[in-house]
Amino acid sequence: MAQKSINEYSAKKLIAEELVKYFPEFNYHGKLAVITPETKWEELVKENPWLKTDKLAAKPDQLFGKRGKANLLLLDASLADLKSFIKEKMGKEMVVGETKGTLNRFLVEPFIPHDKEFYVSITSDRENDIIHFSLEGGIFVEENWDKVSHIPIPIGTDINAFNLAEKLPDLGELGDVVVSFVKGLLQVYIDQDFAFMEINPFAVTEDKLVVPLDLKARLDDTASFKHSDTWGNYDNPIKFPVSFGQKFSKEEEYIRSIDEQTGSSLKLTILNRDQRIWTMVAGGGASVVYADTIVDLGFGAELANYGEYSGNPSREHTELYAQTLIDLMTEKPDPKGRPKILLIGGGIANFTDVKATFTGIVSALRKSVDKLKKANVKIYVRRGGPNEKEGLKLMKDVGEEMGIPIEVYDRYTPMTRIVPLALKE
Amino acid sequence: MEDYELFNRDSQAIVYGFQRNAIQRMLDFDFVSKRKTPSVAAIIRPTQAGAIGYHKVFWGGKEIVIPIYKKLELAAKNHTTADVLINFSSFRSSYPTSKEALETESIRVLVIIAEGIPERQSRELIKLAKEKNKIIIGPATVGGIRAGAFKIANTAGTIENIVKSKLYRPGSVGFVSKSGGMSNEMNFMISQNTDGILEGIAIGGDRYAGSLLIDHILRYEANPEVKLIVCLGEIGGMDEYSIVEAVKDGRVKKPLVMWVTGTSSKIFPAGVQFGHAGAMAGSDMETADAKNKALAEVGVIVPESYDTFGDKIRETFEKLKAEGKIEPLDDFEPPQIPQDYGKAAAQGIVRRPTDVVVTISNERGDILTYNGVPIDKIISEELSLGYVIGLLWLKKELPPFAAKYIELVLKLTADHGPAVSGAHNAIVTARAGKDLMASLASGILTIGPRFGGAISDAAKYFKMALDSGKHPPDFINYMKDVVGINIPGIGHRIKSVQNPDIRVTLLKKFVNENFPKHPYLDYALEVEKLTTQKRNNLILNVDGCIGICFLDLMENIDLTPEEKQDVLDTEVLNGLFVLGRSIGMMGHIFDQKRQRAALYRQPWDEILYASK
Repeated sequence: MAQKSINEYSAKKLIAEELVKYFPEFNYHGKLAVITPETKWEELVKENPWLKTDKLAAKPDQLFGKRGKANLLLLDASLADLKSFIKEKMGKEMVVGETKGTLNRFLVEPFIPHDKEFYVSITSDRENDIIHFSLEGGIFVEENWDKVSHIPIPIGTDINAFNLAEKLPDLGELGDVVVSFVKGLLQVYIDQDFAFMEINPFAVTEDKLVVPLDLKARLDDTASFKHSDTWGNYDNPIKFPVSFGQKFSKEEEYIRSIDEQTGSSLKLTILNRDQRIWTMVAGGGASVVYADTIVDLGFGAELANYGEYSGNPSREHTELYAQTLIDLMTEKPDPKGRPKILLIGGGIANFTDVKATFTGIVSALRKSVDKLKKANVKIYVRRGGPNEKEGLKLMKDVGEEMGIPIEVYDRYTPMTRIVPLALKE
Repeated sequence: MEDYELFNRDSQAIVYGFQRNAIQRMLDFDFVSKRKTPSVAAIIRPTQAGAIGYHKVFWGGKEIVIPIYKKLELAAKNHTTADVLINFSSFRSSYPTSKEALETESIRVLVIIAEGIPERQSRELIKLAKEKNKIIIGPATVGGIRAGAFKIANTAGTIENIVKSKLYRPGSVGFVSKSGGMSNEMNFMISQNTDGILEGIAIGGDRYAGSLLIDHILRYEANPEVKLIVCLGEIGGMDEYSIVEAVKDGRVKKPLVMWVTGTSSKIFPAGVQFGHAGAMAGSDMETADAKNKALAEVGVIVPESYDTFGDKIRETFEKLKAEGKIEPLDDFEPPQIPQDYGKAAAQGIVRRPTDVVVTISNERGDILTYNGVPIDKIISEELSLGYVIGLLWLKKELPPFAAKYIELVLKLTADHGPAVSGAHNAIVTARAGKDLMASLASGILTIGPRFGGAISDAAKYFKMALDSGKHPPDFINYMKDVVGINIPGIGHRIKSVQNPDIRVTLLKKFVNENFPKHPYLDYALEVEKLTTQKRNNLILNVDGCIGICFLDLMENIDLTPEEKQDVLDTEVLNGLFVLGRSIGMMGHIFDQKRQRAALYRQPWDEILYASK
């Protein structure tokens, strides 16, 4: 639950639909089409006849920018040009930042000839929403960042009574339309619980129509319940795509699916499934501290996963979570023959029942005796909280019963001490 | 109360949301801390029907009540000194309820527990709190604690943990963190390395927390009881830099031991969401490494890693102690909280006698059973209603002829027209506009010695007669001379030997054909032979026949004499009449209601007015 990026297509649609409430002169063409590997050209053209008549622009719509510099921008093109552009680019692998991904989603719009490009974005801090505006939009905005006006609008301001024009640079005859547009945009931003919005650039055509060209946005997904009539609607809610190149393994997908079913929290990120240090830590805060300690002690390269369970998950869900981790870490033994380490850690819980959650973990361990032995797994436990005595005893007993080394520590051992104990042998 | 305090030993809270466990945990804390008053003054439960109700809680071993209000308005009016509001509303309704709390004059501190409140709503609440000069803790937090004084909701978990972490009495350390889970760990860890917590607050992991780490650090700086400040920061956001500034410009002078978590983020791929909504580094300055470095540079005591955090806290505390800055502690043995019955029972260390013994049914297993017979067997084998009555009333699996007899009785007694007292009462009551249950009860209440009672009376006297070996003529004389009543079950207003009651004929036929033996019916017919010689309408009537044949039913199933007597003494025969006749009485009630029949009034011409 946090701020989530949305596709340019979704953002443009949402803004276009909402903006007319505050900026009736918007008159947006609304011509947006998405092409994915599944798209059938015939159907696409049937649904979007303007593809045959308008000059077209196309670009990947996968949450990354600087598409012009990467030669991924098609401008002033015909349908035939578009087809060959897609044919060439679709499915192509590329690297953004450090992440390799596949191009599989393109946005097509009419090409709008224009000469002036403006920049506008809206961000938020604790007390304000901040409009950032520049006459120098497009690819030059970063090198001209000193020319950007930053206009904080305190929360609760009546934007219609706010003299925005005097805070913006001189827009000449375009003043009226641009000020109304930006004011409308801010209202949509507030109304629809955006957390970030950047239009770089937008153009104003000869007949004074405002056209957003490239657009990036994030929504605050915790607010979806407020927007059942727009992006949070039940039947077809807006999608929050993962960042470019990010893929979830089947185990990560599985834990995400369990997480969605419960009021508790179950999270798993696999960093490197061949590594030997695995963590199963209770609590959002504690899980970070364990990962930190592993890294701080110089074992970051051997850390296999990050994850946490918290919010008093049921015995059953904890067992499924534990089983997933055990299966992952016992896939193959360490190539150097060293033991694999499982850290079942946690602070002293406020209300998560240690006995109940540990009962779940113990039953997953019991079902995995052979696997655990084969992969030479050593387990370190440290935990406190409601029913801690019973919970820790369960762990101790199951180790003896199965003949698997399990070292169990209670609250009197500092929380992260099991990390050096396990790793500095 | 001083400005730097959130709450003290007299502070009371209004808890928004009916959170039994959290409330009991607060009161248990109060009790071990030897508070004079409970820290919960009132509860708000919006789904409650009435304006005010009461919730029972334990105060040590005793029970007390806390009022529950439907609305905050009345609670605040009645509890003007309760200045903390602990808001358990869900993320959906937390905004309006929090807003209401901030706008309530008597509330000074608002704690928001819910996780997942939209950021804009949090920011609006922050603005409102600032305008009203109020303090918000949360959202997305477990709360906080002032040792020995006041505990928010589930903070610090169970009472065992509170005692182990020495939270029932104040120490010298002011602690603040984002994470609620880690705050409990830290409370204990600090108690192991110092004289314990004075106050510990978890501000919550959201991007826009209602109060910030620095807000609480500045309070601790101002509070002379705090000698040492401990803070656990987090990757993401820039809040920690306001601490750097405050230390640099001398607003924070007390020793501050601090660690910012999230140093491992550098090895994670972009986009991994750490535990909390606010925990994602957007720029280099937001990383844990950068923050830890900036803090260390201005003189904050920063450990090498979390693993030596406790050691740094201990060293700093020992140094203060050596300098004579730590006052000796007024420690005491906290009073014991009696163990909760449910928990103790689960551990098998207490037992309690039950109040009710039930021997006929059990709904607690996989499947409902009637006297041990699972309901699915009854349905799948198409066992009869009479069979079910046998299980539940007589605790016997009745053979088919007996079950069928019971159903025959139910059919025969189901109704006897509108004029009899039961049906009449049911009709009158239904027409007075009363509901089904009242109308039926009114009809059933007429069943007794004069209406329907002949069944059990006949059974009683004929059983006595045959069992004691009285010859029919002796029995007749006995009833006349000794008991002094007409023989129950003998005699009919209209029917006679020549004009027999068809219902009796059917019953006799069924019993003769199906019951292996029927001594009581045979005996009754001998009696009838004699009585009908006197008058031809002194026949065995339907009530008598039902009761007497029921005696024969018992002769054909496996019952001891004592068990048979129990069946009669426990009014099973009345039960048969009540059950059967209820069918008819309900029919009359539905009939009247369907007609929308008006109020019944007895006509004057049916009444003789004998007074002037």
